[in-house]
Amino acid sequence: MITPEVTATATAPGRPRGGLVNVPKRFLPVIATFVVFVATFGVGSVRYEGFASGQVMANLFIDNAFLIVLAVGMTFVILTGGIDLSVGSVVALSTMIAASALQAGWPAWLVVVTVLATGSALGLAMGWVIHRFGVQPFIVTLAGMFLARGLCFVISVESVSIKDPAFRELATGSIELPGGVTITYGVVIALVTVLAAVYVLHLTRFGRTVYAVGGSESSARLMGLATTRVKVGVYVISGFCSALGGLLFSLYMLSGYSLHAVGMELDAIAAVVVGGSLLSGGVGFVIGSVVGVLVLGTIQTLISFEGTLSSWWTKIVIGALLLAFIALQRIIVRRT
Amino acid sequence: MKNRLLWPVVALVALLMLNVVVTPSFFSVRLQDGHLYGSLIDILRNGAPTLLIALGMTLVIATRGIDLSVGAVAAIAGAVTCTHIASGGNAWVAMGLALALCAVLGLWNGFLVSVLGIQPIIATLVLMTAGRGIAMLITEGQIITVNDDSYRQVGAGFLVLPIAILISLAVLGLVALVTRRTALGLLIESVGVNPSASRLAGVRARTIIWTVYVFAALCAAVAGLMISSNVSAADANNAGLWIEMDAILAVVIGGTSLAGGRYSLTGTLLGALIIQTLTTTVYTIGIAPEITLVFKAIVVIAVCLMQAPVGIRVRVRGKQGVPA
Repeated sequence: MITPEVTATATAPGRPRGGLVNVPKRFLPVIATFVVFVATFGVGSVRYEGFASGQVMANLFIDNAFLIVLAVGMTFVILTGGIDLSVGSVVALSTMIAASALQAGWPAWLVVVTVLATGSALGLAMGWVIHRFGVQPFIVTLAGMFLARGLCFVISVESVSIKDPAFRELATGSIELPGGVTITYGVVIALVTVLAAVYVLHLTRFGRTVYAVGGSESSARLMGLATTRVKVGVYVISGFCSALGGLLFSLYMLSGYSLHAVGMELDAIAAVVVGGSLLSGGVGFVIGSVVGVLVLGTIQTLISFEGTLSSWWTKIVIGALLLAFIALQRIIVRRT
Repeated sequence: MKNRLLWPVVALVALLMLNVVVTPSFFSVRLQDGHLYGSLIDILRNGAPTLLIALGMTLVIATRGIDLSVGAVAAIAGAVTCTHIASGGNAWVAMGLALALCAVLGLWNGFLVSVLGIQPIIATLVLMTAGRGIAMLITEGQIITVNDDSYRQVGAGFLVLPIAILISLAVLGLVALVTRRTALGLLIESVGVNPSASRLAGVRARTIIWTVYVFAALCAAVAGLMISSNVSAADANNAGLWIEMDAILAVVIGGTSLAGGRYSLTGTLLGALIIQTLTTTVYTIGIAPEITLVFKAIVVIAVCLMQAPVGIRVRVRGKQGVPA
């Protein structure tokens, strides 16, 4: 939280400069997020014995692998100035489809393909409605949220456990890193998703158009960019990521349940905002969202280490953190 | 005006007709002990909190804003009131306290939006996230039950009609009177169309935005009182859960655009009734409760597409050659 104040003194009045040690201004929110992450983790390391271990760090990734994937998809949507409220429900639907299809004896690979296809198809449908009929993304994805959650209940109201050996092996298997730290396959999948997203956003035409649409849709269209493809495409990506996140979540819980992941869309949005993206679109980085997820995860770990604090403090702290980041962004945007 | 309200009316009538076909006694209302009973009365009673919150939401949306925190505010109102009554306080004082606290929360939202200029969806997301935490802090994570007759009246009482719907309708009448019989409605719409232009034209945009958020929070507080008094308990986790979504849907179904600048109170009334009728319909015609949400999603999508800025309506009208 020191960064903006330092910038304030470093900037001569009326002559906005690049910022702290010539770091481009657009990186400031991400750096601030990273500083907050280091600070919260630092507080934990100082206060609790055994907090600053590699395994606690690895657990952050293990426990939040699905949220990282969701936040990646949400970042794409938010970069275009949209929003996707359906992700939590799509996660639940994915766990439900996976669990019940496995129970019915489908092979694991077919289940994975089906789940990913369903998520992408839902995203495609929502994106198409948003684009074709000009209905607000907020409303369309809200309807998508009801629909996906409802479809879960149609499949089953009971919790379905996953007994498929391939899934169980994926879920319980672990990879040992140097230093005796172990991670799950889910973490690897999440990190690969992040890398793929970074590649798409920064090194492809599609990615550049995402930023352009977020900056100004009409300008982007007038420049001859494929805005339609991008506007629909980001919802497909978000739907795909939600389905993938759902698969990771089903590995994490080893069950499918209609009430899984209630309100997870808010966690994903909070992570993206804490990660320094502007909800109006055009500004933000996938890496920021990942660090945002880690910040939320660290807060939860801190509160569980503390032990005497009740779980509701998590919500209050996340709310306060959201506020701090919004205020920070206002300061940066005003100075531009 | 008529054009905009056509589809919501059609949807509501269709839903009601569907009910009558399935249960012929659907429209029957009987008077017993000076209370009216019947399916229609149930719809009114259960729809009262949604209607009230949707009213506050309508004005917020008319200024091109949105308030996601109303559900959390409703939970806080119930938590404050029940905690105070449970510790031996007077019900009226407790309700006064809850309203005062929620007005402060509304001021906070308004401050973030109008003074700091934060996007409404994010500004109210802060309170939506933190608000449930605050409500749990007040109740210390317990579900607090109370036994107070005057408090129970708010949500479960009858004065021929259920008191809850009388409160909501009174607020509706008041809002209609204040915004449509004075210039206030026009000013709210002008802020929604273009805040800076209206400020240059001499409209106090900041004060108006501030006012609508406080009003929305107060509506949410009263709705929270109805919800918690109906069950004589405060549940910080589940009271008013997702009611912000229902309220926003009611407003949108009623033809108020999320882009701001125009609003329809009649539309909101219709929207809230549609949402509640939908829920009741699911029970009366025996749709399995499991697919309630799917049914709801389909109706919402249908109504939204009918009203879409571009789309089906144009083509349908073109084919029939009859202006709707």
